[in-house]
Amino acid sequence: MSPELGHLSLWLAFGLAAIVAVVPLIGAHRGDARLMAVAEPLAVGQFLFVALAFAALTQAFIVSDFSVRLVVASSHTDKPLLYKISGVWGNHEGSLLLWMVILTLFAAAVAAFGRNLPVSFRARVLSVQSMIATGFLAFILFTSNPFERLIPAPPQGQGLNPLLQDPGLAFHPPLLYLGYVGFSIAFSFAVAALIDGRIGPTWARWVRPWTLAAWMALTAGIALGSWWAYYELGWGGWWFWDPVENASLMPWLAGTALLHSAIVVEKRDALKSWTILLAIMTFSLSLLGTFLVRSGVLTSVHAFATDPARGVFILALLALTVGGALTLYAWRAASLEASGLYRPVSREGMLVVNNLFLAVSAATVLLGTLYPLIVDGLLGEKITVAAPFFNTITVALAPGFLLAMAIGPLMAWKRGSLKSVVKDLRPAIVGTALFAVFTLVALDGEWAPLMGLVLGVWLVLATAMELAKRIKLFSTPPWVSLRRLVGLPKRQWGLTLGHLGLAVTILGIAGSEAFTVEKLVTVSRGQSVEAGPYTFIFEGVNPAAGPNYTAVEGHFRVQRGRQTVARLAPEERTYTSPPNTTTEAAIKPLWHGDLYAVVGEPEQGGWSARLYYKPLVSWIWAGAGLMVVGGAISLTDRRRRVGAPTRAKADRADASAGPKSVAAPAE
Amino acid sequence: MSWRALLPIAVFIALTVLLYGALSRNPRELNSALIDKPAPTFDLPALYEGGPGLSSDDLRAGRPAIVNVFASWCTPCRAEHPQLMTLSDRLDLPVYGINYKDTQAAGQRFLDDLGNPYDAVGVDADGRLGIDLGVYGVPETYVVDGQGVIRFKHAGPLTPRLIETELMPALEAAGRVAGPQGEAPAGGQGDGQGGN
Repeated sequence: MSPELGHLSLWLAFGLAAIVAVVPLIGAHRGDARLMAVAEPLAVGQFLFVALAFAALTQAFIVSDFSVRLVVASSHTDKPLLYKISGVWGNHEGSLLLWMVILTLFAAAVAAFGRNLPVSFRARVLSVQSMIATGFLAFILFTSNPFERLIPAPPQGQGLNPLLQDPGLAFHPPLLYLGYVGFSIAFSFAVAALIDGRIGPTWARWVRPWTLAAWMALTAGIALGSWWAYYELGWGGWWFWDPVENASLMPWLAGTALLHSAIVVEKRDALKSWTILLAIMTFSLSLLGTFLVRSGVLTSVHAFATDPARGVFILALLALTVGGALTLYAWRAASLEASGLYRPVSREGMLVVNNLFLAVSAATVLLGTLYPLIVDGLLGEKITVAAPFFNTITVALAPGFLLAMAIGPLMAWKRGSLKSVVKDLRPAIVGTALFAVFTLVALDGEWAPLMGLVLGVWLVLATAMELAKRIKLFSTPPWVSLRRLVGLPKRQWGLTLGHLGLAVTILGIAGSEAFTVEKLVTVSRGQSVEAGPYTFIFEGVNPAAGPNYTAVEGHFRVQRGRQTVARLAPEERTYTSPPNTTTEAAIKPLWHGDLYAVVGEPEQGGWSARLYYKPLVSWIWAGAGLMVVGGAISLTDRRRRVGAPTRAKADRADASAGPKSVAAPAE
Repeated sequence: MSWRALLPIAVFIALTVLLYGALSRNPRELNSALIDKPAPTFDLPALYEGGPGLSSDDLRAGRPAIVNVFASWCTPCRAEHPQLMTLSDRLDLPVYGINYKDTQAAGQRFLDDLGNPYDAVGVDADGRLGIDLGVYGVPETYVVDGQGVIRFKHAGPLTPRLIETELMPALEAAGRVAGPQGEAPAGGQGDGQGGN
């Protein structure tokens, strides 16, 4: 395979995308089945050609074909195979190609697995998806050709930033893109529904599994990125409110809101206009993130090399895609009358509260990220918005959000009773109050993280109470509860594990913020340093070497009392191509916290070192893992239901009867 | 069609205009207004008690200097830090730091932790000087000639390539005079403030 073949494949994919963007749409409008039938094979074809192009580029990286400009710029023969491959998406052009692989993959998946969608609706979805694909393929072909040759070929490449040579980061962008770009399906479904004019419970049932899959990938991608920052940057921080991190957080917040509001559409046929808007906004925020990363309007560590022509091109794409969708929305939204009525105190009401909080959070992050641009544009002053702003907002929004999040699942649909919910939550309220008193009396720390701990405990207990109530724990014999537990609908596990996951993440954030012990020391051989309940004993350094770096490896033995609990070997690596040093932290994760050691420069009388005990910190990522697992379980449920409409109807009747009968005694 | 349905598109149009405006002002480019103009007059307190602070007089000491704006909360600052260490070892010209919108404890910890490449560090806690200098975001690096005139500015982290292709030529152009004979700036190299 040659780069030229890859380039040709991209042109072919571009041609197919342009056809699917137009022809099936006309077919759906005229009711012409032959025109609509074009969509599926050509959607699959788009994917195959883009995948072929991606394979051609990957091959050029693997064999270090330095006649390709991109390979020269971001690869090197000495790199291990994994990083030669991850080098494909470690740059602007290649990452954009990966972006396209995922965009067309989702379209092909709709073509292949969307058999239960009405023919005209599926044709419209694929058309909209292909419009996006056409735009971005044009972007690649006209401004960012990854296959550009460099003649004569230089003998060696310029390498890849060693910070990026890490397994965590190798998989971070693909997952993140799977999330970002996966939301394009929700967008295409929304636009197709606006053209179609039919939006109801069925629409929500179609769109939710796709959104859920994208949301899971985004959750995992964000978690992986922050985990990478935690162990690779070598000072134990894991979130920096960097514009590019914010760019991934905004679609996550909007996508989370969308997952919840789609439930209301599905169950109650209400909140339709808002849900459509959310579906459009979620993908728009993904596109905005793409723009921010690639146009260079904001300064960030993540930013790719910038080129003004590219910025204008993406902005034009953004304007067409989002502007078009929102114009269509303005025109058609009025026809989306809600048919399900509900009281403010109800499950629907609580989901609206959830959406408000998530939307306000997303808007705040957006404002904070763009504020420097606004000030520059209006006043000509240059400023930055830093972590303190975002932290303050997060701390301010968290209590209300978590309170509502605990109450919501226990609330009945249509008309709930706060009194009965309080009754259900009594053990959780008492438990949280006891823990709060314990926190005030026994724990030292800043108030915000301590409040976070209390809120985390509250959410764990409330989520447990909700599950206990579902399985009638203690009100029926244990075996009946067990049978109910096994028989719970899978989407219930999505709720329980999703909420529990967030609680665990919050506990991790709050615990590590409140109780981290940090020692910055110069150590000589044999010296011991106390950090919290642990003693780090320095056993010296030795040189080490990897495939494309040399390193100094420090050795620490960690004891608790007289017991050795861990041996840590942090490294300081020096890479040669390009020249750079990185710190490789050594981490021993324990369930209650991480032991974390970093070795630095030689100093008079020893080596500089940073030693930490970070309580609960790995819970941050464990919580994200729980959310993803919850999503996955819920997804298996959905797929079956989508494939079997009659059963789905029965399930729905059962599910909507469930909460009502539960709530009945309280009324 | 109700006004509520028009709201999203209206907000989006405003956003697009804003982003288009931002595109035409590349933040990585220097703030041309300040290039080849004298740096504003200032006198910043020292980051380390008893250590040297930074004032505009230090920049008029007769030989070029590098001024780097940093903060402990800024990730790119950590990323560029090794470059500053190398730079300060290799140059016999002063490298000055401005600790921007930071607390003194956090700023000190940042340097104690990673090493202190600066000959003097001034504290700009409320970002006042940042506004006068036109600091867009941290990190930022300036080259000031011996008369206190700003000759070069880079927003964003320094990379080895950027140092070779832009920063060093800018220093040369700023009239690099022989170091040891020149008037020693306040807190010259070897004072060892900061206790790495």
